[in-house]
Amino acid sequence: MIELNPMVIFIAAIFTNNMILSNFLGMCSFVAVSKEINTSLGLGQAVTFVLAGTSIINYLVYHHILVPYNLEFLRFIIFIISIAAFVQLIEMIMEKYIPNLYYALGIFLPLITVNCAILGVSLFMIIREYSFLQSFAFAVGSGIGWTMAIVALAGIRQRLKRATVPKGLEGPGITLIVTGLMAMAFIGFSGIVQIQ
Amino acid sequence: MAKQSSKEIFSLGVWSDNPVFRQLIGICSALAVTNSLTNSLIMGLGLTFVTALSSFTISAIRQFTPKHIRMMVQVLIIAAYVIMVDIFLKAYLPEFSKTLGAYVGLIITNCIIMGRAEAFAQKNKPWPSFLDGVANGIGYSAVLLFIAFFRELMGFGTLFGFRILGDWWTSWTIMIMPPSAFFLLAIVIWISYNVQHKNEKSGVAKS
Repeated sequence: MIELNPMVIFIAAIFTNNMILSNFLGMCSFVAVSKEINTSLGLGQAVTFVLAGTSIINYLVYHHILVPYNLEFLRFIIFIISIAAFVQLIEMIMEKYIPNLYYALGIFLPLITVNCAILGVSLFMIIREYSFLQSFAFAVGSGIGWTMAIVALAGIRQRLKRATVPKGLEGPGITLIVTGLMAMAFIGFSGIVQIQ
Repeated sequence: MAKQSSKEIFSLGVWSDNPVFRQLIGICSALAVTNSLTNSLIMGLGLTFVTALSSFTISAIRQFTPKHIRMMVQVLIIAAYVIMVDIFLKAYLPEFSKTLGAYVGLIITNCIIMGRAEAFAQKNKPWPSFLDGVANGIGYSAVLLFIAFFRELMGFGTLFGFRILGDWWTSWTIMIMPPSAFFLLAIVIWISYNVQHKNEKSGVAKS
């Protein structure tokens, strides 16, 4: 494994290894929530925040608790629990101290637990053997990349409302085609940096 | 809800209520592994196994599970089965375990399983829930294999790793890259919409 600069991973996670467009993670809420720019921006922020938090927790738990006791095979259960617990905790803290933000993001938080992107990032950082800084950069970059893709899609979908689309493709069908076109555009970035 | 026969459960899960193109859930992993038929087959089998058994288990203990913690219980049950699949793959099919990588773990967050647990297993007896899980798994695998068939054939000229198209075939690089998965899934949705719509129309005409 070549030691990659965390900054390189950060850029790569946004553009070349975008969570949605090249790894297909977080598609479920991607299609469902991308109807308006504001809501998708809210969800994107929440996802980025949770990603940053859970990547730290999962990294520490994995390397300081699971590995020393040879319990790596339990990682799926542990990760999903720590994600669920983190989301719950954030919800409670936000409700008490920053109610404004809570009401803006509140409805999205429970959705995030089952967002594949969160668990996906935690699993990728283990499989690719990232160091702590690299994991953090990867998580934040993935979150920003995800937000960018969902906001761009929401913008396109708002325009699409006025277009005539074949009956069978309305809704999810055309969304997928637009996503496909966006993915093609993002392939153009792949010359900048590559991580795998 | 009226009692459904096993046949009805099957046709609902596989075709008319297919999780992927009717309910649009579980597509996260559906797209990532479809650049080869073998990967899709393994993924489909794994998902069918997990959905069927977790539906069965959740349904079997549904009377003893307190309502407000049932999500947590369901996730734990699902995660346990996913770990089994993961360990099995690592032991017997190590090279596939490597290529599938994180996507095996991502079966946990596949909405199909949670969806079936909430919508069906919560209200039904263990055996029908098991069948329902199998049916949905098959419906999911069918879509995966359909997409993978075209992607592998056009992207590599092979099927299950065997060369089908000769040297004259120029591989379409785009087919093994992410965008083609989005396009093909959109086409699957389009076709299924048209077919099902036609059936509904002719059904109305008959009656």
